[in-house]
Amino acid sequence: MLNAECFFMSSQFTPNNPLPQEVPVPREMAKFSPEVEAEIERHLAKYPKERSRSAILPLMFIVQRERGWLDPAGVAYLADRLRLRITDIWEVATFYSMIATKPVGKYHVQVCRTLSCKIMGADTITEHCAKRLGIKAGETTEDGKFSLSEVECLGSCGTAPMLQLGFDYHENLTPAKVDSLLDQCSRDEYEFTVKVS
Amino acid sequence: MFIGAIGCEPLQLRRVHLEGSHTLDVYRRNGGYEAIKRVLDGMSPDDVIGEVKKSVLRGRGGAGFPTGMKWSFVPKDSPKPKYVVCNADESEPGTFKDRYLMERDPHALIEGMLIAAYALGARVNYIYTRGEYRYLINIMDAALAEARSAGLLGEKILGSNFSCDIYTHTGAGAYICGEETALLSSLEGLRGHPRMKPPFPAVSGLYACPTVVNNVETLTAVPDIIKMGGEAWQKLGTEKSGGTKVWSVSGHVKRPGVYELPMGYSDMERFIMEDCQGIANGRQLKAVIPGGSSVYIMPARDIVGKSVKMDYEGLVAGGSMVGSGGFIVMDETVDIFESTKNLTEFYKHESCGWCTPCREGTDWLVKVFKRIARGEGQPEDAQLLLDLCDNIEGKSFCPLGDAAAWPIQSAIKKFPEDFRKHLVGIAERAVVGTTSSPVATREGTAREALPTV
Ligand SMILES: Cc1cc2nc3c(=O)[nH]c(=O)nc-3n(C[C@H](O)[C@H](O)[C@H](O)COP(=O)(O)O)c2cc1C
Ligand code: SF4
Ligand code: FES
Repeated sequence: MLNAECFFMSSQFTPNNPLPQEVPVPREMAKFSPEVEAEIERHLAKYPKERSRSAILPLMFIVQRERGWLDPAGVAYLADRLRLRITDIWEVATFYSMIATKPVGKYHVQVCRTLSCKIMGADTITEHCAKRLGIKAGETTEDGKFSLSEVECLGSCGTAPMLQLGFDYHENLTPAKVDSLLDQCSRDEYEFTVKVS
Repeated sequence: MFIGAIGCEPLQLRRVHLEGSHTLDVYRRNGGYEAIKRVLDGMSPDDVIGEVKKSVLRGRGGAGFPTGMKWSFVPKDSPKPKYVVCNADESEPGTFKDRYLMERDPHALIEGMLIAAYALGARVNYIYTRGEYRYLINIMDAALAEARSAGLLGEKILGSNFSCDIYTHTGAGAYICGEETALLSSLEGLRGHPRMKPPFPAVSGLYACPTVVNNVETLTAVPDIIKMGGEAWQKLGTEKSGGTKVWSVSGHVKRPGVYELPMGYSDMERFIMEDCQGIANGRQLKAVIPGGSSVYIMPARDIVGKSVKMDYEGLVAGGSMVGSGGFIVMDETVDIFESTKNLTEFYKHESCGWCTPCREGTDWLVKVFKRIARGEGQPEDAQLLLDLCDNIEGKSFCPLGDAAAWPIQSAIKKFPEDFRKHLVGIAERAVVGTTSSPVATREGTAREALPTV
């Protein structure tokens, strides 16, 4: 039995909304320092010469580190560097949740919402963050400092609830711990321990 | 959080508590890189595959496929390069063992990969790690650099004719990239869509070359198999499930953690109540999802007093699966409708969109769950969910579709009361004056009650 409710296409990809967002046309190309270029070379060297496309994700993370997000100029750079089309870069960028195709806050607070965290109080943590930051999950503060996201299981289920700040793990959270973290961020005293290389 | 072995000597976890366990020096002082030495000193690739076959090591990524057999599928005479790819995408909800293996014992993974590469004749190999585990990529990079400068990677390893290198690679937040063919698409710089099987990766994988994809825990088991001999390693477990298995325990137990158990450990009730120190806050056990979010949920009544053995056969007999070993324990406060909704939202988010049954089906599942959660549930909704599952399971392009259906099917079957309480009859709602959902206006729909268990 197939219910009538399922007969309509899901609203995810209706004709009125072919893509989740507009694809901006790059007007300039990003430039990087010789050190960053050397880093990019080191990544490219991991893959067979004719397979440089393999380096697309590692390079996207470097562009994000340098520019805050994968902006159109960064997309143009990658297309040029990897000898691909702009659309090839976009096609990949829009598939992966960690590739930011919109600006994100300097402090990206990502609270795990999946089952083990959920039953250990993830909602309390998300609500607490939302209240403190004055934004909902999926939003960025007006000053561009904080973004809040709900994300799927990050492999900290035994130390739930948890959040990731940038690439740093913070586990066994309580509202008080969250406060102390966000306080450090507000004062720009928070030091990221894990860095993209 | 607890990390250790129960019911056996720690094997996979024997170095994790040593200071500096991630360094080459500590690894070497504790028997590290002896297995690769033994291999290079006189074992042929076939000898290595033979030992792994004898060990009855089964893939720890979720599918449980015999590793030795997988390795023997790689064509020996192929002129193409061959690849060993480590699957460190670990994204199955409830699973975190690979994380600790890599964090505390990265050289064991390197040694395991070296042995696999030798057995398969692979020159270049990759560790595909999920993007969120960036700190592990940094740890692995440091360990690889150490190994390289000690002559354990690169040209003519330990003075032999064997040359081999290993590189890290990053994912970027997509559960589907844990599926081996999607992982290979992603490693080639494409969107992480799965590929048609056959051809299997062993024949045509990375860059259309023969490729073996193995989970972290599968590969870290290999050095011990070589050192102990396949047979001795198998005997730690059971005839059909060799060796030990590392479980990730989360949820409402007093002592969550990473537990290494011999395969066939008996029994699940003792494991929860004694080893994990029972349910926190004096509450009652309600349910366990023993092998990561994708497997069937087990109600307490199927565990308590049932002597469920913790291995591949034992868990199937108990009504579930080993899967990735992500052992999620839930107490009486958990509403199984809510927990199933939570997991369904996960699968909807992670559906890669390639095939219609899974892309549209998971979207509809979430819509129905959300409508029920809004208080607009109707008696036939349980059947509607099951129909949707039926249109996904076995009809999707890759197993993610099945993985989305199984938790729902088993939850409705095992916990009908948790669903029933959300599915208030339309008539009752008319009395209390709640607006009805569009479905309520349909004429002639069979109003099936909840299936009986
Ligand atoms: C949706 C999906 C997600 C998967 N995620 C993982 C994963 O995160 N890690 C993993 O090792 N295997 C994962 N697998 C299993 C892999 O496809 C593959 O079977 C495994 O990497 C093979 O290694 P093994 O034989 O050592 O287990 C996943 C499978 C599916 C269908
Ligand atoms: S089953 Fe789901 S995840 Fe797998 S190919 Fe289809 S849409 Fe993608
Ligand atoms: S469920 Fe939150 S880290 Fe796994």
